[in-house]
Amino acid sequence: MSKYLILIYQDDDAAQSEGETVNPAYREFMERRADSLLGGAALESPASGTSIRHDHDGRVVVTDGLFTESKEVIGGYFLVEAADLDEALAIASEVPAGAGVEVRPVRLVS
Amino acid sequence: MASAASPTPAPADVAAAVAEAHRREWAFVLAATIRVAGDIDTAEEAVQDAYASALAIWGARGIPSNPGAWLTTTARRRALDVRRRDATARRALPKLVDPEPPPLDELADTGESIPDDRLALVFTCCHPALAAEARVALTLRLVCGLSTADVARAFLVPEATMAARITRAKQKITTAGIPYRVPSPDELGPRLESVLAVVHLVYTTGHTAPFGVELMRRDLAERGRELARLLRVLLPDDPDVAGLLALVVLTDARLDARLDDDGEVLLMEEQDRSRWNRRAIAEGAALVREALRARPPGRYALMAAIAAVHDESPSWSETDWVEILGLYDLLVDVWVSPVVRLNRAIALGFAEGPAEALAELDELAADPRLARYPYLSAARADALRRLGRSTEARLAYEEAQILTDNAAELAFLQRRVDSIDDPH
Repeated sequence: MSKYLILIYQDDDAAQSEGETVNPAYREFMERRADSLLGGAALESPASGTSIRHDHDGRVVVTDGLFTESKEVIGGYFLVEAADLDEALAIASEVPAGAGVEVRPVRLVS
Repeated sequence: MASAASPTPAPADVAAAVAEAHRREWAFVLAATIRVAGDIDTAEEAVQDAYASALAIWGARGIPSNPGAWLTTTARRRALDVRRRDATARRALPKLVDPEPPPLDELADTGESIPDDRLALVFTCCHPALAAEARVALTLRLVCGLSTADVARAFLVPEATMAARITRAKQKITTAGIPYRVPSPDELGPRLESVLAVVHLVYTTGHTAPFGVELMRRDLAERGRELARLLRVLLPDDPDVAGLLALVVLTDARLDARLDDDGEVLLMEEQDRSRWNRRAIAEGAALVREALRARPPGRYALMAAIAAVHDESPSWSETDWVEILGLYDLLVDVWVSPVVRLNRAIALGFAEGPAEALAELDELAADPRLARYPYLSAARADALRRLGRSTEARLAYEEAQILTDNAAELAFLQRRVDSIDDPH
């Protein structure tokens, strides 16, 4: 079995906080795929993000906002376990995401 | 070892047998070896070693009665040796296939017990998670056994670029966990589309080289043809596979009539139809009938049906353009593509008249995707010529000439320009 991270993208302006209850579509997905889900969360709005970079002298520079400017932003993620990419893609295609999702294999390190 | 056909065959016979086995058995041998090797690179090395040792061993002991089985057994043994030797080093890496290696006595010499994994190999090479250009490259390299240099030549890119593309694709297969198996029946449809697109592209790239003096890169077209036949063997009941093979067979049927004695392209209307291959036309027509049973018919079945109307028409003037236009009307529904609309407009010109075609072609000329497409200019030129608008026709032919790199097509367009009566 391998682990995959499903990154959920939303349009920047749609990615507002939706309150404190889980969207029913997500609840249904999480119940259906409970056996494969290792973790996951929805994120607060992009406006609440803070980025950290290092300047030329290696000093930490903290700035307001997201790391990369883009029309789509990450709104949440799931960590799943799957036999192979096909299974991970089958799970990811059921995520009720706004703009779409990206599936990344998690690197194995010992 | 399998029984020897003769004790000491001539070196030329051995070389020919190895070349023949490379051509016919490569995909089977590699596919079976990946199954035990667990990754593509180890399997490729083992298979290359097996072919290299075949030259020496067959020369000394005779050519085996079943060269494919000999090569598969040899390659699988080598791959297993590598896998056992490197067991510790490789344990940390994800495996494409990770069963326990089968015991050596399972690797029988007869070949009868070796399952055919070619379809798994095809689906892995054409996985939609790979870039479209990488799917084509991997299929030619791994399924057809072309060298990286040959794949690079076929797509007019430097060998180093192609080598990097193939390496990246193989790395993605391993790290992303693209599986080595035939998709389940409910996934098969969309996954097969990607496979058919790759095979069609290989065939058409070979059939009409976009560049250079030689119109047909026969070897590439040959590989596309072999891939289409292989799919037909592996998926005998699939209507889209039947449709693609029909298209290939019906296009090939006209191949010998495509060039004149000086190597210049002949349009279908100029071709000597007695040189069309009747046997191929009969085979293709039967496949079309089978492919059209699917509802709605797929794009390859419809393209093949159009080719069949041409192939079965006794002459250009007797072509059933109303039938062809009807098939294009169905095709634009299942395949939204400006090139398909262009071909439909050309059929419209013959079914209804050049004025109707020109109206449609002028609309298509606004599509930026066709801005540098020589066949659009050539089709407009043809409609204008038939309408007697010589000056505009001449200009459109010249535009088509500027846009094409193909020497044979350039010569054809020049003949068309020369045929226009000077208006002055």
